[in-house]
This record gives sequence, structure tokens and C-alpha cells, in this order.
Amino acid sequence: MHGRPRKAPKPEEEAASVAKAQKLRALQTQFFSFHHNKIYTKEAVELSAKLLEINPESYTAWNYRKLAVEHYLSQPDCNPDLIKSVLDDELRVVENALRQNFKSYGAWHHRKWVISKGHSSVDNELRLLDKFQKADSRNFHAWNYRRFVAESMKRSEQDELKYTEDMIYKNFSNYSAWHNRSVLLSALFEKKAEGFLSKEKVLPEEYEFIHQAIFTDPDDQSGWFYHLWLLDQTVTTDSPLLASSWPGHGYDVLLVEDRCYNGSAFSPFTALHSDSGSFPIVLYFNQPVGGVSSSTVTVECGFNKNEDLLWKPLSASNSQTARVWVAHLKIPSSDLHSTVEVSVGHSKGIISTRGFEYSHPSMFSFKVRVQPMERDFSQVSVAESISLREENFKIYGTQSEESIINSFNQLSIKNGHESTASNWRSEALAKEIECFRELLSLMDCKIGKLTLARLLMAYDVMSYPFANKLVHSEEVLELYSDLMKLDPTHYQYYKDEHSMVLLQKYKDSVSSAICGPICLRLNNLSLSRMGAFEKLLWVQMLDLSDNELQSIEGLEAMQLLSCLSLRNNKLRSLTALEPLRKLKLLRVLDISYNQIGDHSIDTTRYLCSSPLSHSVGSESNKDETVTSGVALIDNWEAFYIFKDFNLNQLDIVGNTIADEKFKSVLVKIMPKLKQLDGKLLG
Amino acid sequence: MAELAVDKHFKYILSVEKNKDSFESVVMDHLRMNGAYWGLTALDLLGKLDSVNVDEVISWILKCQRESGGFSGNIGYDPHILYTLSAVQVLALFNKLDVLDIDKVATYITGLQNEDGSFSGDMWGEVDTRFSYIAICCLSILCCLDKINVEKAVSYILSCKNLDGGFGCTPGGESHAGQIFCCVGALALTGSLHYVDKDLLGWWLCERQVKSGGLNGRPEKLPDVCYSWWVLSSLIMIDRVHWIDKEKLVKFILDCQDVENGGISDRPDDAVDVYHTYFGVAGLSLLNYPGLKAIDPAYALPVDVVNRIFFSG
Repeated sequence: MHGRPRKAPKPEEEAASVAKAQKLRALQTQFFSFHHNKIYTKEAVELSAKLLEINPESYTAWNYRKLAVEHYLSQPDCNPDLIKSVLDDELRVVENALRQNFKSYGAWHHRKWVISKGHSSVDNELRLLDKFQKADSRNFHAWNYRRFVAESMKRSEQDELKYTEDMIYKNFSNYSAWHNRSVLLSALFEKKAEGFLSKEKVLPEEYEFIHQAIFTDPDDQSGWFYHLWLLDQTVTTDSPLLASSWPGHGYDVLLVEDRCYNGSAFSPFTALHSDSGSFPIVLYFNQPVGGVSSSTVTVECGFNKNEDLLWKPLSASNSQTARVWVAHLKIPSSDLHSTVEVSVGHSKGIISTRGFEYSHPSMFSFKVRVQPMERDFSQVSVAESISLREENFKIYGTQSEESIINSFNQLSIKNGHESTASNWRSEALAKEIECFRELLSLMDCKIGKLTLARLLMAYDVMSYPFANKLVHSEEVLELYSDLMKLDPTHYQYYKDEHSMVLLQKYKDSVSSAICGPICLRLNNLSLSRMGAFEKLLWVQMLDLSDNELQSIEGLEAMQLLSCLSLRNNKLRSLTALEPLRKLKLLRVLDISYNQIGDHSIDTTRYLCSSPLSHSVGSESNKDETVTSGVALIDNWEAFYIFKDFNLNQLDIVGNTIADEKFKSVLVKIMPKLKQLDGKLLG
Repeated sequence: MAELAVDKHFKYILSVEKNKDSFESVVMDHLRMNGAYWGLTALDLLGKLDSVNVDEVISWILKCQRESGGFSGNIGYDPHILYTLSAVQVLALFNKLDVLDIDKVATYITGLQNEDGSFSGDMWGEVDTRFSYIAICCLSILCCLDKINVEKAVSYILSCKNLDGGFGCTPGGESHAGQIFCCVGALALTGSLHYVDKDLLGWWLCERQVKSGGLNGRPEKLPDVCYSWWVLSSLIMIDRVHWIDKEKLVKFILDCQDVENGGISDRPDDAVDVYHTYFGVAGLSLLNYPGLKAIDPAYALPVDVVNRIFFSG
């Protein structure tokens, strides 16, 4: 089916083909007769070999041969010599079949099945493998078989590692060998095998090795992914860390229980408007973890019992692991200024998805106070439309740059983590940066620029974890801009990376971006992707309008969001709004002027909770249906996304999907909605 | 830019179905069930499914069901999980899942799950993540996924995750676009995509696009139209498809057509076959090519067929 040239067959070729077909058809018919009648004579078995030689893909013939082998091995007169001869025969048939098609799943599996009967030797099998790997060093069947032989015949990882080295020296362009090397090295690291105890010693050698591959031919991809893995091994600390939290350490939080955003008094630090009777504590880890609970995280405060706290992972409904975890504290009834102390990981139980324990217990504390109620809220109408483009941002006042910078310093968690002077890691990165700068001075190549960009970012994050400025951001942004021109096929990949770096860097331009301690304007920045969430946990009103966002992945971390504008972006489907389902305080949403309804293919269809992916959360009633008059089959996306929202105000105009019929469906799904596209409801 | 020769491909697919005597047909005899799925799904995407005699197809499918509940590739062959999925998928296309004894099929599949959560292809024990995808997809279509141990199935698939973010056929197996589709698809259907490092895998997948605009299946290999499905659907499921140049890929697929005789081949000017015809058309559907029905990237069936299974009353 692959690699055959297209040409009209000549008449004599056609005739020959029909003759071949008839011959094969006859063989098949005869074979079936033997198989269905369970005939395993020498002649019958020989016929199956003939069939398999012509067509190794005829899987039932391999099954038949296994039955024949079992038949012979169960004979009363069976002896070791007979067994050997029977199994040797099978190995011969497999070899013949592989010669026909060395990618035949059936043939390779048959050989494994025969070998499992304990017959051949390591040397025999390695000899066979050698033949095949010489013919095609990327044959993954052969590599799989090699791994099978190595395991069942107990070849050491070190010996296999040497084999990958030999293969690579023969030809650097051998992704399969590099892949196998990564598997073996990981196993050796995990086992803490002799000679592989310290990554500090092993990684520099691997870097030297991989440079030879990359620098010999920078356009050959074989080494790229191995190098990225080495980078990951250099940068990632095994044990997870707490990257950020809300409230942050030293915060002074004023809880305001209303929905009106008109000029309430607030503390110089941060006011949280919450109409739900509770407020969140958000923990943001540097990698996904499980096991966050009231046993592993203790929250000490006068107005809540720790055991009552339910920690939830902010991830798709089935998951018990996430980077972001949240618990809700009840708002205290008294107006005392209370202190809350949060201890993370003082008992064991928090484990990363890679299997490493949270081993550096940390603690942070903040104060909480309730704004005394000044008016009778039952009489306040929340009819006013809230627009993020208006004065509301100014009401919260601008802060002096100084006090805002102070607030970011306070974000640092009291971590007793491994000293940032992990010298070998920074040194390794610095050396890599030097090597790639050299490569780029010799030739302008994509992998050079991309790797340098990644190295510089990693170096900055590692070396300056609490800095307000990332030293190399400008250079990195320029590298990504270059890449967009150099490799236009992957333009959007570089654009997304560019957006992420831009967001990391926003800390530098604090005064222009921030209008208050709870509002953030990130509009008109040409952002194609959101990121830096660990720095944005404090945001309650977010303006992302006039960007190029087609995804809001990760936004679920921003648990304090009550107003969000995604107006004039590139959202392509309702399912892309899944992250917003976790934002329990969201009341005002603007998704006008996007592309919802334009595209027949939904790229977030499986990233939202729905029956299609068997991920409708346990809190959802299985018998739930849309209210009468609304067919689920036509509106399932709207139903599953919006049914748990608690919006007061929604803007959806400017999307192809937003016709009158759809809007009336929305109103049925969200009966509490008060305003839709500027029109008052109910 | 060339256009999709819908009519030619429609006629080509019908001709393949009828021509049972060519050498090519006889040599593929054992996987006719897969061929039926490729041909019929392609016809549905092209809007031509009603040109097929439904009853004939269903009667033949049912003749391929064996005692164990599994389906064989053609009449006379042994049952295997590969053909069981294709049989169920074809019945779903025709909205005729009710001809099945669902418990019987489910029992066959659950019987193939191993202790470690993996699935064997048949009673002879070959293990491959392809079979994990098949089991999960098949039982999902039959609305009885809970009959297998989903947690263990997922953890086995994750044990096949590689350091480049991709997946292989067994633990330690090299990342390959076909295996990646199967694993990502299985994780999608079980609400487990959060285990995928989408940025890492997305980069590996988007780098399958070579200069000609086509996609290969792993680094330093030739592009092939079938990867327009395996790579593309994987990218779509993890929402990273914008990282490739879609227009260039459309052009590559269209260049692989035989516009005179119909059918699509693996590469421009190679011989066509129904397998590549299906994957070319399915790939174009995923790329929003006008005039084609939308296909679901995880179930590999038209979206209206999938929605009918999950959302009608």
C-alpha cells in the first residue's frame, strides 16, 4: 500500500496479476479447509508456510501455526528433539515472512510467541536483529523486538546503552537509537544504578554527545527532542514546589459582600468582592500534583475548621491531579481582623504526577477582614451594565509604582526549598547558551534560534526566580520574531511562545498595565495565548479584548475573576470556554466578536466535560436534560458549558452562532442571566 | 490549487468494493472489514453513503461475527479486535447498532483486557496500544465503556508515554504518529487528556510537517497522506492544530489524488488505494475543506454519527 508508483497496468501485467490472484485464492481456500477442520498434517502446515511467504499479513495463518505447534507439543511421543525441530521450523517461517515484509506485525508476534517457549538464544536473536537493523535502522518492530529480547534474556541496560552509542556513531541521524538511549538512561537514573547516581556528571557528557548530532546537520531532527529532554532533566527539580498562592504571603484582604462595583472603600492592599458567602485560597504548584487535602495542607484560622475544608484540583472532572488547587473558606461573620496561616506539605501525601514527593514544607500567612455592610443590599438593583472599558478601572485608583512592586515581592512564598545556587544546573545552561550562540554565529538555523530562546528563558527563570525583570526577554522575543520569518510553516507555534514570553515580562511595565490592585488590562497586545497565571491569581477584572486568543487554556487558575472580556479575539467554539466553568465568582462575561459558529471542526471538543469523553463531573446529574423546547443534540455545547455558570451579564454579539434562536436557548440554560447583549431580561 | 475530485473518488471507492478478483484485493482479503470502514466512511464524508446497499453490507458483517462475539476481517477468518471495531463503526454509520447483541461484543472485548490494563488483539496475546484505543472506542460507541477497567486501561497507556511527549505501542516503544493517535484518542474518550503534555507533544507533532507541506509519521521519514489523519487528529484533540500550516497540507493531500481514475495515494504519483483515499478525505475534513462532512477526531466517524449516539433522546 505504500511507495508503489502509479501507472496503468499493461494487458500482460493485468493477466499475470489475475493469475497470481487465482493462485493465491486457491491457496487460501485450501488453507481454510485445513484450519476449520483442525488438520495439522505436515502437508497442511507446509501449505500455511507457503501462504505466509506470499502474504505474511494473512493473520489467521499465524494463528493456525500456533495451534499446530500446540498440537505437536501435546503429543504423547513428544521429546526435546521434536520440540526443537518444531520450533526451529517456526523461526524459519518467520524469517522468510520477514524477508517479504519486515514490518509484519503478525510475523514479529509469532516469533515472540515461539521465543517465549524458551527455545532460542540471545545471540541468535541479536544476530537476526542485527540483520534487520542494518537493513533499516529505524524499523520500530525490530527495536521493539530488541527491547523484548533484552528484557526476557536479562541483558543489562548498560550493554544496551553501549549498543545505542554504536548505532549513533555509525549514523547520527537515528532517532530510534536516541529514543532508546533516553529510555535506558531514565531507567538507570531511576534505579540509581552505579555510575548514574548524579545527573550532574552524566548530563554534560550527554550534551557533548548530542551536540555532535545537532551541529553536524542542524536540519536533521533526530537530535532535537533528545536535547530538549536533556534540558528538561537539567532544569526540572524532581520534587514539586509551590510557585504562588492567593492570598499571597503578607496580604491584607478585605472581603466585600456585594455585587456593585461602584466606589466601595477598600484597603490599600486588596479587596475581594464575593457574593457567594465564601472566598478561595488558591495554591499554584510548579507542576501537576495530587494528594492536596486537609491532611496535607493545614489552614489555621479562627473562623473555619481545617478538617471541613475541601481541596479541589482545577482540572478536567476526572482528574485528581492539577497544578492549581482551591479550597473555600466561609466568610467570617464578625468584623475582626483575623490572621490565617497556611502550611503546605508538613505531612507527606502531596505527590507530583512524575512520582516525586513534595519535600520542602512551606508556610504563608495573610490577614482577613470583612467590610461592614453599609447598605441594605436587598434593595440594590444590579441593573447597571458593567463595562470593562470604562471608569470602573479608574475607580479602583492607580497605585504608586512602588507599592505595587512591593506587592509582588510579597508574592514570594516562604519556601525552604533547595538553594537557588544549584550551580551545576546554571552552569550547564550557561555552557549550552554559549554553544548555541557559537552555532548561530556560524549558521542561521531554526533549531539554533529555538534552542537558544528556550535556554535563555530557562536560565532566567532559574537564576532570577523572584526578580521583577527577566534579563533576556527582549532577546528571546526577537528570536521568536526571527523564527516566525525563518520558518513560516510553524508561525503560530512561535507566536504562541512569543505571547507567553510577553506575559512573563509584563511585570516590567507595571504602571501602564495595572489600573488597580484587582483589575488588569492586557488588551491589544496581539496575544495568541495566555500564560503567567501564577502571577495573575489576584486579578478580579481582566480585559483581554482585541487580541488573537484562540484558547484560554489555564485561565481556570484565576479563581477571583468576576469580570472578563474576551471581546474581539479568535475563539472558535463554545467548548473553548471550558476553563471558565471553574470560575465560581464570574458574573460578567464578554465574548462578543469572536468566531464561534464559523468552523465545523471543534479543536476543544475533547477538552471540555461532556458525555463524549465520559467526563461529565460527578456533581452533574446523569438524567439532566435541557429544559423543554431545547434539543440537546443541537445545543449540547451550550448546555454543558453554560449550565453551571452564574452570570449576570453576557455579551455574545458578533459571533455567527449568536442568532435569536441561540440566544433564546441561552436564556433557558441560564435562567439567572440578567442582561444579554445589552438587553435587560426577565 | 487542485480541487477535490469528489465524483472520481466516489466511483473509485465503489469500484474497489466490487472488484474482488484482482491480486491486490485477494492479498487484502483478510482485512476487508477495515476496507469496508475506510470506503464507507469516506463515502459518508463525501455525502454519498446512500449509494450503498445497506442490507447487503450488514448481512456480510454479521456473517463475520464469530462465536466469541468478536468479528473477523472477512468470512472464514479468526476474530480479532481490529475488525470488531471496524464492524461496529460501519454499523454506527448506518445507524444499525441495534442489530448487535451488545453484551456479546462487550464480553469479547472485556475478555481481552489484561491484568496491567493493556489489551490483547485476540486470544494469542499480542499487546499494543492500538488495541487499547480500539477497546475504548468500540465500547464507547456501544455506550458500555464501564465494562472494562478504565483506570487501569488509562494507566497502561500512560506507561507508554515517551520523553518526547509521544506514545509508542508498548512501554519504551518509539513515538509514532499512528500510536500517538491511538493513545491520544483513548485518553480523549476517557476524559484523560490532562495527562498529555500538550505543548511538548504538540511541538513534536507540528514538526511532522515537512517542506512539501505533507506530514510524516516520525522524524526524518517521508511524508504520507495517512499521517494527515494520524498527526492531524492528534493535533486537533490537544488543540494545537494551529501550529501547522493547514493550507500547505491541503495542497499536499490534493496533489496526492489521481484525478483521472479516482483515489488518493500515499504520495504524489504513487498508486492509489482505498486506505489512503479515506485518510486523505478525512484529513481534508479536519482541515475544514468545503463540501465535506465534519469528522470527529477521536471516534473517526462523522460528527453527526457520534452526536446521534450520545445526544439523541
